[in-house]
Amino acid sequence: MSVLVFIDQADGQIKKSSFEAAGYAAQTASLLQTEAVGIVLGDCNDDLAALGNYGLKKIYTVKDPVLNNVDAQVYTKVLVQAVEKIGADVIIFTHNSTAKAVAPRLSVALKAGLVAGANALPEVGEGFTVRKTVFSGKAFADVNILSDKKIISLSPNALQIAAGSGTAEVEALQVSIPAAKVETVNVDKVSGEVSLSEADIVVSGGRGLKGPENWGLVTELADLLGAATACSRPVADINWRPHHEHVGQTGLAIAPNLYIAIGISGAIQHLAGVNRSKTIVVINKDPEAPFFKAADYGIVGDAFEVVPKIIDAVKKLKGVA
Amino acid sequence: MKILVCISKTPDTTAKIAFTDNNTKFATDGVQWIINPYDEWYALVRAIELKEKAPDTVLHLVNVGLADSDPIIRKALALGGDEAIRVNSGNADSYNVAAQIAAVAKDGNYDLIFTGKETIDYNNSSIGGMLAEMLDLPYISHAVKFDIDNGTATVIREIEGGEETDKVSVPVVVSCQKGMAEQRIPNMKGIMGARSKPLKVVEPVEAENLTEVKAFELPPPKAGVKMISADNPEELVKLLHEEARVI
Repeated sequence: MSVLVFIDQADGQIKKSSFEAAGYAAQTASLLQTEAVGIVLGDCNDDLAALGNYGLKKIYTVKDPVLNNVDAQVYTKVLVQAVEKIGADVIIFTHNSTAKAVAPRLSVALKAGLVAGANALPEVGEGFTVRKTVFSGKAFADVNILSDKKIISLSPNALQIAAGSGTAEVEALQVSIPAAKVETVNVDKVSGEVSLSEADIVVSGGRGLKGPENWGLVTELADLLGAATACSRPVADINWRPHHEHVGQTGLAIAPNLYIAIGISGAIQHLAGVNRSKTIVVINKDPEAPFFKAADYGIVGDAFEVVPKIIDAVKKLKGVA
Repeated sequence: MKILVCISKTPDTTAKIAFTDNNTKFATDGVQWIINPYDEWYALVRAIELKEKAPDTVLHLVNVGLADSDPIIRKALALGGDEAIRVNSGNADSYNVAAQIAAVAKDGNYDLIFTGKETIDYNNSSIGGMLAEMLDLPYISHAVKFDIDNGTATVIREIEGGEETDKVSVPVVVSCQKGMAEQRIPNMKGIMGARSKPLKVVEPVEAENLTEVKAFELPPPKAGVKMISADNPEELVKLLHEEARVI
């Protein structure tokens, strides 16, 4: 028995959230008094042995051009074979678009109960219980997995995982690879932007910014902080910003270390998507904005006066002229 | 073409979230129930649009739930669709719900099966993938655009940091999100017509739960906001650096 973590990669680079999942897998393995190993599908140029720093003993690789696109059906067939060969009982994913496509299929193929969007390590005394967010971040549920095999898909930024030191052995795994039924004809990625779900800091704007032409304030502050940019639902709906930036109940749910909301009143649906952020800053000219109740720091003031001053202060702090 | 759209009943997005029975049950008192927004605004409305373009399309809705789901099923039928099937089952986990829908789907021989990308109560985003695996069909998750021509679907789906365009032959399972369609409001003709559309109730097939919720918990309240004067935003940067240590 062992814990197997799916190491997700894009364009040959391990995704940041996969390091967190690796550390989570190692800690889960130690609770179960077993070892954690990882698996990478497709071409990956990153230093896989360095995943040993997060406690993984071994990394299995499967290379085939078919695996360079995520086809949930192909990935599942490959992972089923890997799980059997490795003898894994607990499989860990990071809860991103790959996991959302693959983990449910694997759950059926292995008849393994799935906790999607976990926030904490499993409790392994009686049963095997994993905490996850429900009601779009407004509550937690402790979910017991009843099956012998178990799958956990970990929310990005759920835990603080520190890197230690270690070297993982890397081994190619022989499995049969089925043909893909889905043909990927085009991939269109925005390069250079910080991924919103993985970002440590997020700067977000709402209708209080009055128009898309004023978004320079948000992007300048975000660039200075190495942050991702986000927006409220009305802003995405009126096409001031692209839909993939929409955070909230019907958009993306995020949990960065720092969330800065500029000109967002904080409707309950917006809060649902951001209330797991560790520190929340709200800048709004309306002192009655409900967002202040959910904030750690607040400024009542005009964004067009306050934000440039914040930008100057951050520049000073970072030593940027 | 035959389309099946899976719809779930969820609390309204503004519902107060609270629990009873020693935090083991969701408190339903005073809660307004709606069609899960992803199922309604994106999966169902896109399916209706496809039927409008190809009127011989057969559009079925499926829900796994008890009789208290009927009002939201009627609302869905008021938007569109030819008939609905409710699998009479409560207290099923994702795996069990997917197994119920899979049984309905096998009977119906559908070309397209649409789900929302997730429900807003359990946020598992699991049903589509589970269903696809049970039916051994390809699965495209998080679709933002969907078109079909001569049995080949062209789907744009959201991936980390961008979008991907896929081509796949039907039958296929697709989970739908923002971009697929625009929200619609049922009109009077639709509401009247929905009353006479068939709503079939079928008993569940045997399936197990692989998970169970032991307890719910509300997050701890925030300690309280620290207000900073608008004349001195530099103080905020100092606090974020020295006190919160986040920048």
